[in-house]
This record gives sequence, structure tokens and C-alpha cells, in this order.
Amino acid sequence: MKKKIFSMHVDVDDFIPATDEEKEYMVQMRPSTTFFKDGMKRLMKNKIAAISMFLIIIIALASIFLPFFWPYRYDKMLGNTPGKPMDPSYNNLAPFQYGKTEQKRIDAGESVFPHIFGTDAQGRDYFIRVVYGTRISLAVGFFASIIVLIIGMTVGAVAGYIGGKVDIIIMRIVDIIYSLPDTLMVILLASVLKVSLAPALEGTILERLGVNMVSLFLVFGLLYWVSMSRLIRGQILSLREQEYVLASQATGAKSGWIIRKHLLPNCISVVIISTALQIPSAIFTESYLSFLGLGVNAPMPSLGSLASDALNGYNTYAYRLIIPAVVISLIVLSLNLFGDGLRDAFDPKLKN
Amino acid sequence: MNAKTLMYILKRIALAILTVWVVITVTFFVMRAVPGGPFMGEKAISEAAQAALEAKYGYDKPLMEQYVTYLKDILFHLDFGPSVKLRGRMVIDVIADGMKTSAKLGLIAAFIALVFGIVLGAVAALRRNKVIDKVIMVITTAFVSMPSFIMGTLLLLAFAVRWPIFPANGSTAEGLVLPIITLSLYPMAYITRLTRSSMLDVLGQDYIRTAKAKGVSGQKIIFGHALKNSLIPVITYFGPMLAYIVTGSLVVEQIFAVPGIGRNFVSSITNRDYPMIMGTTIVLATLIVIMNLVSDILYKVVDPRITLE
Repeated sequence: MKKKIFSMHVDVDDFIPATDEEKEYMVQMRPSTTFFKDGMKRLMKNKIAAISMFLIIIIALASIFLPFFWPYRYDKMLGNTPGKPMDPSYNNLAPFQYGKTEQKRIDAGESVFPHIFGTDAQGRDYFIRVVYGTRISLAVGFFASIIVLIIGMTVGAVAGYIGGKVDIIIMRIVDIIYSLPDTLMVILLASVLKVSLAPALEGTILERLGVNMVSLFLVFGLLYWVSMSRLIRGQILSLREQEYVLASQATGAKSGWIIRKHLLPNCISVVIISTALQIPSAIFTESYLSFLGLGVNAPMPSLGSLASDALNGYNTYAYRLIIPAVVISLIVLSLNLFGDGLRDAFDPKLKN
Repeated sequence: MNAKTLMYILKRIALAILTVWVVITVTFFVMRAVPGGPFMGEKAISEAAQAALEAKYGYDKPLMEQYVTYLKDILFHLDFGPSVKLRGRMVIDVIADGMKTSAKLGLIAAFIALVFGIVLGAVAALRRNKVIDKVIMVITTAFVSMPSFIMGTLLLLAFAVRWPIFPANGSTAEGLVLPIITLSLYPMAYITRLTRSSMLDVLGQDYIRTAKAKGVSGQKIIFGHALKNSLIPVITYFGPMLAYIVTGSLVVEQIFAVPGIGRNFVSSITNRDYPMIMGTTIVLATLIVIMNLVSDILYKVVDPRITLE
């Protein structure tokens, strides 16, 4: 019998109890995954990204915790003991060599912790300097990215939500900052802020951090947020117009639900990915500035300043240059590969 | 060229001019914030000379008036004032001197990066997922992750110290080989990756399939259709490439002791030679802005399919 489209006729067949076979369709074969779990699974499947992630975690943990129980301090000149003349036998030790007094103690049967990478020209244990330098470089990269994230996200969201004239003005400012040659501006600002910020910082906690570091963060906050804010604005503008948002609205979803379930998850992956990719570029910039002598204050080491210091004696102590160079390259490489993996795992749309 | 394209170009030029103006203004006010003013040198100039300089640049006048004079000097006379450390020399002359060497260095590096980058990228795309593609991708990934000063010092260690093939000092012609290689590796790696991905994109297009269906030879497809179209995105990299080469040359010239604009800039930072820092920043920034402008306009003009905002 042919059924009329709008007839009130009830089909009895619809009320037959489901057979076992039909019931099986409804059985949940595996638990439904969340957005995060799904992405993590894809990330772990990508071997290169997974290895990079573990490398970063190991390097980060080592740089945070090793200095706590390492017997030497990064700024301790081992040849210097209070009340005694400087012992030059500690300067420029080759890896696994010992200074005079240490050698005596070893001869007397004591055990002395080895200088794995030797010492530098001032008799400081080089291994702990590299570890500490890694910590500084990672911290700079991390905090600079957080600053960029916060400023960029706020400005981008404001421009995207409010729209209109505010949006136009903000985006013109963004355009100009975006077309400024960033590295040159960083050098300019860092070289000047170094001098003019020093008196202002005296006596505050920031002084310990060093004027150069403060100016570096300032510069990042001033210049590098623009691409992040462009990204967020674009996301918010396009997401609001998506069909699934419309569909969700049509089925009666409240805006709270739409923001939580649709806008945020779709936006957050882009945010996390570009933050992750921002870290290596911040580390790059910091090491570049340190190399030009505009980075961390001595005696605090960063990977860039270690490499720059080692340039003076590269004929005799090539390993002192190669070690920080390898560490920087390793960190940047694994962060880049991890960032790419993150992008592929959490935002398959972006994959080319 | 239609009216829309013309409008875009005009807008883009306006933005570039605005950017250069912002650079000059920021430089001016930032330098004015230096305690003691930009002509403060430790012992470089006598007090009488400093007073004369400050009078000439109108330090007693209101800030806005100083700013206008400063703008006029730069725009109409390219006058950035005298160098504080290199006595008796004008900043613009020092820059012009250094520019000869630096321009040579940069242009050759850019040329090498373009040629090798495009060839390697095309090879990688045509041999996708073969051994050669993977080797190229691994090497370029490594190069992209290495800061220029590390690349430079490692090359110096390897080819000037361990195996002394090239001199470590960059003041001679052979001495420029290592700095040029250092500067070209990163852009080369970047262009390789860019060309590879855009070539893969083009090879999947319908018109390539049409050409194949019509029986066009493989060579003609690659050189006549695929390569030409996949080079368009490379144009967008011209601006960033120049920016990289400029900033990279700062450290590379320092490492290899090349007598160029970069080394002068770095020593002016350590010497606090503020007029020199100011002048070099403005000149280099203007160069980069112009290059960005040219590559943006070229990009839109070359490919009519690209929609204008």
C-alpha cells in the first residue's frame, strides 16, 4: 500500500520488537573518544612526533631537576676558594680532568664528581652551565610564547567578536606591526631598553632576571603577537559562520553550548599548535640576541651566550661550541617536528 | 591589469610607506629615550664637539621640532648624522661602504638558495616517498632548525679549522665562500620545502591530468606546466628571504670577519654608537619593506587566479 506523505496512518511494522541482530547495531563496540583522546592517539601513531615529544620532555625535566642535585653550581668558579689565591689549574679543564686540589683528594682515596664536559676559561663546570643554559633557553621560549598567546588571543578575539570599526583599526595596526622587520626591531629595542630600563628595574624582582631578559619579553609582547591575533580573529570569524554552528542553533542549542562544544575545541587546537611552533622561534631569537651580546646577563648562561663565548677559543676547545650548538638544534628540531605532528593530529584540515 | 589590482597595489604601497615611517619614528623616539642622548660617548668626542653636535641637531629645541628636522634630514639628504665611534665619518658613508660587500654576499647567497632550492624541491616532489625525497626532506628539516650563527660556526670549524680548505677570514674573495654557503643554506632548505609542497599540489591538478591525457610528454608537463605554476608561491618568500639574509649576515659577518654592513652594525651595538644603530636599522628595514612590497605585488600580478581582498 502506498503511504501518503502527511497521512496520520500508523505503520504497525514500526512497533515490532527489535530482533537480536537489530539490537547488535546499537551495541557500543568501543567507548566514544573525546576530541583530546582522539588527537593524542593520532599523535602517538606519528612516530617522529612521539619521539620528539619524549625528547623535549626528557630535556626539559633534565634541565629543571639536574641542577638541584648536581654537586657544582653554574656560576661557581672552582679555582676560587675564599681566603686563598686563585687556582688556575681549574680553568679550561678538558672533559673528565680534575683540578690540582681535586687530584689530591682522588689520590687520597676520596671520590670526586667528574667534570663531564670539563670547565670553561673561568673554571666553571661546563656541563652544568649547558644544563642551566638549556633551562634558561627553554624558559624564555615558553614564557615568550605565553605572552604572545595572551596578547594575541585577547586582541584577536576582541577584533573578531566586536567587528566593525574596532576590527578595522586593530587590523590596520596589526598590518603595520606585521610588516616591520622583526629581528631588526628586536635588536634596536633590546640595545636601547638595556640602557634605559636598568634604573627603572633596580630593586625589583625583575632585576635578578636581567634587563636584557625583561627587554626581550617586552619586545616579544610588543611585536610577535600579531600573527597570533590574526589567526584567532580569522578563526572566530569563520567559525561563527560554519554550517554546524547554524545546525546546532537550528536544533535549539544555547550559545553556551555552541561556544563550549563547537567554537572552543575548533579554535583551541589552532592556538595550541601555533603556540607550540612559537616556542622554537622564541628560542631562536633569544639565542640570536645572546650571540650578539644582547641576551642574558653574565654569569647566567643561555645556549646562545655559551656558543658565543666559545667562539673565542674555537681552535682549542671546539667541543665547547659544538655542545650548545647541538643542544639548540636538537631542541628547535624536536619542537618543530612535534609542532607539525600536533597540527596533523589535532587539525587534519590544515595538513597540506 | 584591472582596477582592483591597481587598487591593491596602491594600498600595498601606502602600507609600505607607513611602515617605513613607523620605523623611522620608533627609532627616533627610542633613541631619544637613551639616557644622555644618542651622542653620548664614553670618551669618543670632546665635550665641545658634543655640545656643537647637540646644537646642530637642536637638542635645546622642543621634541617635535627635533623630530621634524630629523625626518627632513633622512628623507631629503639621507643624513643620519655622524658616527660617534668612527670619528669624522658620516653614518651614511659607513653604510654605503659596507653595503658593497654585504650586497655581493647577500645576492649570491639568494641566487644559490633559489637555484638549488627549486631544483631539489622539484626532484623531491617528482620522486615522492622515494629514498631521494626522504633524504632531501631530512636534510632540509635539519637546516631549517639550525640558527645561522651555529651553521656558520660549524662550517668555520669544519672547513677552515679542521680541514683548512677555505680561509677563516672573510676579507678576501675566497673568504666569502663559507659566509655565502652559511647564508644560503636556510633559505635553500625553506625554498626546497616550499617548491616540493606546491609542486605536489600542482601535480594533482586537473590540467596536469588533461595534459597527460592529451599525450604531452613527461618532460613538457614538468617544465611547461608543473614547474612554472609551482614556482608562484616561491615569489612570496622573496621578502622573508631578504629579511633572513640581512639578519643572518649580522652574525655571519661577525663570525667570518667580513667587512660588511652587518659587522659594523654589531660593533655599533657593542660600542653604543647610537647614530650608527639608528641609520643601519632604518636603511635595512627600508630594504626589507621594499622587498616585501615587490614580492607581494609580483605574486598578485603573476597569478591572476589569486583573489584580491
